[in-house]
Amino acid sequence: MQEIRPERVLVLGIGNVLWADEGFGVRCVETMSQTHALPENVRLLDGGTQGLYLLPFLEEADALLVFDAVDFGLTPGTLVTMRDGDVPAFMGAKKMSLHQTGFQDVIATAQLMGYCPEHMTLIGCQPVELEDYGGSLRPAVSAQIPHALAEAVRELASWGITVTEGATPSNDLVDPSLARDAYEQGRPAEDDACRIGDYRFFPSAAKVRA
Amino acid sequence: MTTQTPNGFTLDNSGKRVVVDPVTRIEGHMRCEVNVNDEGIITNAVSTGTMWRGLEVILKGRDPRDAWAFTERICGVCTGTHALTSVRAVEDALGITIPDNANSIRNIMQLALQIHDHIVHFYHLHALDWVNPVNALRADPKATSELQQMVSPSHPMSSPGYFRDVQNRLKKFVESGQLGLFKNGYWDNPAYLLPPEADLMATTHYLEALDLQKEIVKVHTIFGGKNPHPNWLVGGVPCAINVHGVGAVGAINMERLNLVSSIIDKCMEFNKNVYLPDVVAIGGFYKNWLYGGGLSSKSVLAYGDIPEHPNDFSADQLHLPRGAIINGNLNEVHDVDVRDPEQVQEFVDHSWYDYGEPGKGLHPWDGETNPKFELGPNLKGTRTHIEEIDESAKYSWIKAPRWRGHAMEVGPLSRYIIGYAKGHEDIKNQVEGLLRTMDLPVEALFSTLGRTAARALESEYCGRLQKHFFDKLITNIKNGDSSTANVEKWDPKTWPKEAKGVGMTEAPRGALGHWVRIKDGRIENYQCVVPTTWNGSPRDSQGNIGAFEASLLDTKMERPEEPVEILRTLHSFDPCLACSTHVMSPDGAPLTTVKVR
Repeated sequence: MQEIRPERVLVLGIGNVLWADEGFGVRCVETMSQTHALPENVRLLDGGTQGLYLLPFLEEADALLVFDAVDFGLTPGTLVTMRDGDVPAFMGAKKMSLHQTGFQDVIATAQLMGYCPEHMTLIGCQPVELEDYGGSLRPAVSAQIPHALAEAVRELASWGITVTEGATPSNDLVDPSLARDAYEQGRPAEDDACRIGDYRFFPSAAKVRA
Repeated sequence: MTTQTPNGFTLDNSGKRVVVDPVTRIEGHMRCEVNVNDEGIITNAVSTGTMWRGLEVILKGRDPRDAWAFTERICGVCTGTHALTSVRAVEDALGITIPDNANSIRNIMQLALQIHDHIVHFYHLHALDWVNPVNALRADPKATSELQQMVSPSHPMSSPGYFRDVQNRLKKFVESGQLGLFKNGYWDNPAYLLPPEADLMATTHYLEALDLQKEIVKVHTIFGGKNPHPNWLVGGVPCAINVHGVGAVGAINMERLNLVSSIIDKCMEFNKNVYLPDVVAIGGFYKNWLYGGGLSSKSVLAYGDIPEHPNDFSADQLHLPRGAIINGNLNEVHDVDVRDPEQVQEFVDHSWYDYGEPGKGLHPWDGETNPKFELGPNLKGTRTHIEEIDESAKYSWIKAPRWRGHAMEVGPLSRYIIGYAKGHEDIKNQVEGLLRTMDLPVEALFSTLGRTAARALESEYCGRLQKHFFDKLITNIKNGDSSTANVEKWDPKTWPKEAKGVGMTEAPRGALGHWVRIKDGRIENYQCVVPTTWNGSPRDSQGNIGAFEASLLDTKMERPEEPVEILRTLHSFDPCLACSTHVMSPDGAPLTTVKVR
């Protein structure tokens, strides 16, 4: 097998932090910046729910490592690693997305334009709970962050990139007011802030209210 | 049954019912149902926001100086517009003024977002309603080159070889089986009218626009420190200016200002050489398809934006016009006061919320967001699998905002109709020029095509405004003013015990307002009334229909099972359901289900 030695790597977390386990990807890169020292050719980025805005970052990268909450139909909290051709297919499968120009379309667009990163790895976590607006990660998903990061370190090592303990300050992460601790501590009480939604799309909400 | 709405539309809910769910190529999730008669004409339309949005409630108790960061996460498109609206609302509440440079920089950022959104909307979300990329594979590159040179002589990329290359690239993409971005099209529907060469030309510009949009967002990276999710600041902008500095980090220096300047130039060129000529060329083939006007010929609303001077939002100081037109009377443009409790009110009689009593309207400062999901007795299907919704009861997660009781359309077309009616010089010249070029009467504006054309004109105008504010910024800096923020009232100890404020912007898709109440240094209530709430609103207690619903009426569908016409008109609003409502499709299936009953 040919050795993979990308010059520039993008480590991207995607998802919506306002929405329980949907924030998994973003919280992974946030944690990584606090616990791991990455070399200069690796860029950490909170991609949020952005679509085409992410295109320039893909163009700049030879390899892409993405963290995301993905519905694989597995036991909640399960981590799955996918590579290259499998990545877009899985990101589209039953993916709950706030936006039609989802990340799958971003990849398709990058391919059409001829600047999709040559290597792509997705580290996905099966969510426990998404239907909790204003909530944060569930324990089973939160507990997977260290494992997801260990997997990322192994993947980066296979690309010839050494990661050590430490920190990687980055401008490209969530605003401090949205950082995990501040976000969780500032949450309004349930009586003040309804956390659930439409019965049709939130079956457990229907159960609660029935 | 035939009914007459107070705002002048005739509805007939007999005949076939066509359900489109979800409507694709938009932000967020919506469902649309229409009734179609034997001639294929739409006689009734029902638009449902299928997501519940809870942003307002999660802001309760938080620091108002942080609200922008949360509102930026509402959706994947308007990040900056929500953030700007939010900081304006908080500044208004606390009486904070911003420096001149901050006003220029905010305007440049807001205009960049406007141009970015308009271009991306036209080429990547809307063009496929008019342009058939599969048909482009049959084009003759030489004839395409001739067409390009005819519609836009000054566009440099027009050789036959260039179009042949693009065509080969497309072929490869399509043959690889990953039609990808072009999937879900109705590519053999007779509603598509372009010859293959025009399809190839427009599809080529789809690719050119992708390259350009990457450049535009650099403006946000430069002034907002990063993108996506640029930084904003209550009191100004979070970037310092030091023209003598160097490098790509730290204070804004000449090198980065020059980059902004070159991006502004690129946008202006693209608007002039590509976007506007495309709208004229494509529009020329669809000149007889003047459906979709809906509310635009009756009632339109704009809050206005892009203030010439900091802290002055008076109507005559705004470059994007403010005003309200009702009942089609273009001779009278009413001023709009978003603080007046009698003007902007939201109703929920047909929305899945509860105000405790029927027929009640609430001004956003007193707004409530109490969800109440219930379905009407005429529903077909079950609670979890709705076949046909009952629009006589509650049927949407979108509230129904009204201006003095009137359902209003908002967006680029509304801004342009108001500007035209007010005699706004730039807008009037643009509109008259376009109508002359296309040999169309002014009534043609009130259409789907008019909405699409207004967006292109606005993109061009916004480019010029960007240049104006860039020059203003440079002059001011050269005169020795490098101030970008006012932090006098940063400390909550300087705030009153209670305060309320409102922020307004013109988002790409229309009038956007955030209303905030602050108590003891914390957010007590926060309400966003977003453009798609206006346009996508359900019926109100009087039975008035909203802009989406009105726009679909009387449209002829070529094939009811292929809702090209519905998508075309709904897309012309650039709907964004992500912030007007909240989450989501049951399984995220990308394919739209179209059911004809």
